[in-house]
This record gives sequence, C-alpha cells and structure tokens, in this order.
Amino acid sequence: MRGRETIIGIALMALLLVVPAVASQAGEPFYVTLATRIAILALAATGLNIALGLGGLVSFGHAAFFGVGGYVAGILAAHAMSMEPILLGIPGTKQMLVIWLVALAAGGLLALAIGAISLRTTGVYFIMITLAFAQMVYYFAVSWPAYGGEDGLPILLRNQFPGVNTLKPLPFFLICYVLLAAGLAFFALLRGSRFGAALQASRQNDTRLAAVGIAPYRVRLAAFVISGAITALAGALFADLNRFVSPSMLSWQMSGELIVLIILGGVGRLSGPVVGAIVYVVLEYVLGGITERWQLFLGLVLLVVVLFARGGLIGLVAGRARHG
Amino acid sequence: MQLALVIEQLLNGLQLGVMLFLMAAGLTLIFGVMGLINLAHGSLYMVGAFACAAVAAWTGSFWLGLVASLAAAAAAGAVVELLVVRRLYGRDHLDQVLATFALILVFSEGTRWLFGSFPLYLDIPPLLSGAVSLPGGSQYPLYRLAIIGVGILVAVGLYLLISRTRLGMRIRAGESDREMIAALGVDVATLYTLVFALGAALAGLAGAMVGAIQSVQVGMGEPVLILAFVVIVIGGIGSIRGALVGALLVGVVDTLGRFLLPQLFGLFMAPSQAGLVGGALASMLIYVVMALILAFRPRGLFAGEV
Repeated sequence: MRGRETIIGIALMALLLVVPAVASQAGEPFYVTLATRIAILALAATGLNIALGLGGLVSFGHAAFFGVGGYVAGILAAHAMSMEPILLGIPGTKQMLVIWLVALAAGGLLALAIGAISLRTTGVYFIMITLAFAQMVYYFAVSWPAYGGEDGLPILLRNQFPGVNTLKPLPFFLICYVLLAAGLAFFALLRGSRFGAALQASRQNDTRLAAVGIAPYRVRLAAFVISGAITALAGALFADLNRFVSPSMLSWQMSGELIVLIILGGVGRLSGPVVGAIVYVVLEYVLGGITERWQLFLGLVLLVVVLFARGGLIGLVAGRARHG
Repeated sequence: MQLALVIEQLLNGLQLGVMLFLMAAGLTLIFGVMGLINLAHGSLYMVGAFACAAVAAWTGSFWLGLVASLAAAAAAGAVVELLVVRRLYGRDHLDQVLATFALILVFSEGTRWLFGSFPLYLDIPPLLSGAVSLPGGSQYPLYRLAIIGVGILVAVGLYLLISRTRLGMRIRAGESDREMIAALGVDVATLYTLVFALGAALAGLAGAMVGAIQSVQVGMGEPVLILAFVVIVIGGIGSIRGALVGALLVGVVDTLGRFLLPQLFGLFMAPSQAGLVGGALASMLIYVVMALILAFRPRGLFAGEV
C-alpha cells in the first residue's frame, strides 16, 4: 500500500504548489498566505513526526521549539532594526539564512536540555514532563519584559533572503515550500538510514536494541534534538509570515495542534504532516467562515477521527499502516 | 518585618497546594485505576466553577452553587466516560491525549456558547467573608482558610474511602489487577464510571471554591491542569499520598518563590531589575524543582504506592 501513499503525497505537494501560483495570478493573495501557513505548519509537524512517529516519543511540548524559533527571528530582527548589539557586541540581523541557522541551533540546544531530563522517563511521564517544560518556557516569555512579554514582539518588515523579494506573498511562499520539501526529503532519508532503523527499533523494542549494542537513550536524544531543531526552523518562518511573535506560539494549545496535525494525517507517515496541515488549515478556514464556534466542530471531528479512523486520514485511503 | 508576611504567603501556598491536590487526586486516581491520561480534567474544573457561579447567581446561595458544582462536574464526568473515554482504555497514550484534547475544545467552545465570553463573578459567602488575625498582627481572609480546611477534610475522606471501604478496596484491586477483579464478579465498567465521576467531582469542587477568589472564565482550567501534572509527576503517578505531598510542595514553593526571589535579587541589584529577574525566575521555579526531583527519582517520590 506504500505506493498509493506516495502518489497521494506527490499529488498533494503538487496541489500545494499550483493553488497559490494560480491564486497569485488571479490577484487573491489571501490564498497564498493560507498555503504558506499550511507549508510552515507541515514543516513543524514533520519535525515532530521524527520524534513522535519514528521514535514513538509523544512530546506535548514541541511548541517550546516552535516558539523559540519564532523568538529567534523576532529578536534578531529587532536588534537589527534598533542597531543595538544583542550580547558582547554581536549584532542582530535581517538575513533569513542566518536566522534559520540560529533557530536550528537554538531549537536543538533547547531540545538537548529538555530531552536529556525528559527522556529518562517514558510513557505518560514523558507526555506530562515535556508539557511542563514547554509551559516553563511559556511563562518565562510572558514574564520577561525585554522582548514584549505578554504582548509579543512585532517584526516590522519581513526578513530578507538574497535575490528574493520576501515582502511579496508568492516568493515567501516558495521559500517555505522549498524548505518543507527539504524537510520531507530529510525525513525520508532519515527513516531509511541506519539511524532511522535504530530509532524505529527503539520504539518497537528497546530491550532488543540495547541487546545489539545500541543505547536507546542516545538514539532517542539525538532524534529529539533533530526534531526540535526542525520545528524551531518552522517557528522562525511562522514569525516571518505573521511578522509577529508572541507567547501564544509557545502555548500548550500549539503543542496540541502539532500533535493533531500528525494524527489527522497519519502517525509516522512521510506525507502525514502535509495531509494533516492541509486538512487542519482548510477546516479552520471553512468552519471559521460558517460559524464562530468552529473549535467546537473541530473538536467533534477530531473525536471521530480518533475513535473511528485509526491510522489517520491517509490510513483510510491508503490502507492500514505498517506503523504499529 | 516580615514574619507576618511570611506566614501569610505560607498560607497562600497551602491554599494553592490544597486546590492542586483536589485536581491531582482525581487525575492520579483515574490514571492509576484506568491507565488513562485525561487532559480534559481542567474542563471539569471549569464546569464546576461555571455551575457554581450560575446557580449562585440564580438562587443567591453560594452553598447551593457548591452542591451544583459537585453534581454538574460528576455528571459531566460520567457522561464523558460513558460516551468517549470508555473507548480509550485499551488505546495507547497518543490516542488518549488527542481525544481528551478534542474534549477540551468541545467543552471550552460549548461553555463559551452557553455563557458568553465575559467572565462570571462569584461572591464569597457571607458566612466566610471575614478575616482572621494571624500571629504577628496581620489579617488573613477566612475564606482562604476555609479552602485549606476543606482540602484537608477531602484528603482525610479520600484516605478513609480508599483504605477502609468496599469501594476503596475495589479501586485498589483495580489498580493492581483489573482482569482478576472482573473475574471475581466486580462490575468493572461501573467501577470505572464511578472513579471517573469521583475524580470529576473533586475537580468541580476545586473549580467552584477557586471561582470565588478568581474570575470564572473559559480556559481557567488548563493552567491548573498543567500544574496538577507537575504535581503528580513529582508525587508519582497513581499515588494519592504522592499527590498530596507534591501538591503542597508545588503550592508552597511557587508562592514563596514569587515572594522571596525578587527580594533575594534585591540584595545585590537595583529594585526594578530585581523584580524583573526574580519574577521571571520565580515563574520557572517549580519546573526546576520538578526537573531536580526527576533527575534523582525518575518515577516520582511515591511511585508504586496508592
């Protein structure tokens, strides 16, 4: 059934490229923004999918990495605008390439710290502890007033990319789309690699993994760091999309949304986050247009998916997964 | 200075701790007996607060509101268990997280639909509206002392219920071996519904009591839920004694940290700067405590005990 899943994945990625291009031609920039949102959320969820889908690590704290990526973009841009050095004379920057590298590093470092403690535990403990650490970062952002505190931090002009006019919606969408494609390619490579095999083995039976001489803790920690770094990169893009960062990017609802995206699409599947992000954003847009109470109906849809459509929406079309 | 202030903060910490215990006790019971992680526990707290505020506004009696909060939260818990949660017991934690996350969305939007977006206010009952003199000469609200009292009563009551009654025996048996008690003829399905409703009622009680100090609004439950998670992670999941110790620890550490850390930094910093740094660190303090405890006891302080 892998073949049908691949075809669906390619078709959706093509659709995600064509719709904004057409919308841009037709003078409907709103749909380009919607597609950008989809691409960024899918990238964030692809990061989480490495920990959650391949490693079976149910992190309820990935908003911490998403938000930290956002704050990296916001803080660097703010210092570049005000010309004040950040620390020890290091200046801010408006260059996306630099911001991305810093976001990857910051997300990875935070994931290293959180993971080193959280991965000593498993199961429900892990869920609750990652949630608690994300909440810690959230409260820190709320109570630290230097970068806007509760009110958040605006990015007055979108950051720059050499040779591309990022202020226009379509070029910025293309940047996000390329990064999403790169993220998906990385996920596929990782899944097929020796490391990916060890990671999936740690999910299925970590005693056996230890018996063949691989320490499960290290494999999990490495996966968690990679996962956090990718989600932070998506966070930096998200901040640039909204030209605004606020503690809400760090909130527990955000962590929940990222998990929802993956489960809607299908856990551990390459195209799961893309399907999930498309369905989620479109549902939000369509339901939000019909009723103010769209979250109520979103909740009901989710309940139905969990209770009756196990394996996610791809699972319905492409058959039950090899995952399990 | 300061003795009266310290005592006052200590009591505030106890009051927060007691309230967290009411939340954590239900969560930990539900996890211990059914193996279920329930994110929607905060919604049951909110249901209790809204039921109390609505009934108190309608009848003019806080006490009727309190009864209503227990009844409404227990009923909401039982309905949720029968319709949704029951199907999740055999599933992995990921499904449980997602389904109960969906329940939060349903509860929050449903409540907003019924009551609107504006917060409700709940008055402290006249009987408890006075203040008590503390040693050191300061005044402390009687109502907060009453919350501490109720919490202690509930803790003792839960202890007696679980260690001395037939229902408690079944709950303990359900924690250690659910197939065996089913084979012995105990109706496990009803037992599960009862435990879930009991946990819900405790959460509803906490919500109603706190509703009179803070405003009653949608989304009030989740911050408390996350603190309750910290509590049971510290105490050891499934252990009620652990929940009590963890709750008091978190309540006191959080409250005293917010009070003392800014003063501590004030010793060597400018006052405004000390307030900022101290305040920001104080908001992270309980998570640091949690991380330290987990570094030495990865399964919490009282893991494996009831």
